[in-house]
Amino acid sequence: MQTTLEKQVNNRPAYEEYVAPNVNIFETPEGYVLQAEMPGVAKDGLEITLEGTEITIVGRRAPEAAVGETLFRERSVADYRRVFELDPAIDTAKVSAKIEQGILTVTLPKSERVKPRKITVD
Amino acid sequence: MNLIRFQTPGLAAFAELSSLRNEMDRLFEAPLSELARTSHFLSGSAPALDIYEDKDNFVVKVELPGMKKEDIEVSLHDGSLSISGERKSEQKLENAQTHRTERFFGRFQRTVNLPAPVAADKVSGQYKDGILTVTLPKAEEAKPKQIDVQAN
Repeated sequence: MQTTLEKQVNNRPAYEEYVAPNVNIFETPEGYVLQAEMPGVAKDGLEITLEGTEITIVGRRAPEAAVGETLFRERSVADYRRVFELDPAIDTAKVSAKIEQGILTVTLPKSERVKPRKITVD
Repeated sequence: MNLIRFQTPGLAAFAELSSLRNEMDRLFEAPLSELARTSHFLSGSAPALDIYEDKDNFVVKVELPGMKKEDIEVSLHDGSLSISGERKSEQKLENAQTHRTERFFGRFQRTVNLPAPVAADKVSGQYKDGILTVTLPKAEEAKPKQIDVQAN
């Protein structure tokens, strides 16, 4: 038992290679907004990939200067990764993202043809 | 060790049953601290926290994504460090339909007892990439001292 625990502390076991960030997803008539909590990730640590019908979000933690010895540890060292299926209505060419204080915001606008529009009657 | 946030029992509880099973499986595999961090059931609203120590300082790091500097309160009282504040949601979108809400909003508090006295007037904090780092220099009497051995 003891050896198993030590092993997990020393080499990261496969299951915690990535953690899934908590997300909020909203949909408006114009598109979707996805917010993901990724504390410890800076702009250069982000990899957002659109492929086929999926969006993959990867956030790599910025390296932190080591401080002496660890007295207590709860934070995960694993990077973040999560995959979502895309609504076909999304215009993938217009997807944009920003990260601010560890919150990634991805804006996924819907393509013009699916947006609700009013027809003026002559 | 951790307080569990109260959750209203209801339909949502059923949806969580399968993940409860996963948690049970992991309970036997993961170190406890790791579990508390990643478990939805155990972590509640308490932000994850690390404590480090070197010769001169204690360093406390807390994960607080998406906050404003002004909403974070750090205080020191009788050798215990308290970090509290309120995580507020960003502005509401109009006509929005919600698909997922996994993020926590509301008040939180963590208190840690420091193992040695610190110089309260020299404590500093920095908030970057959603991580709060509090550096607490040790009080002079708590620092390790080198004693010169005299030889006659």
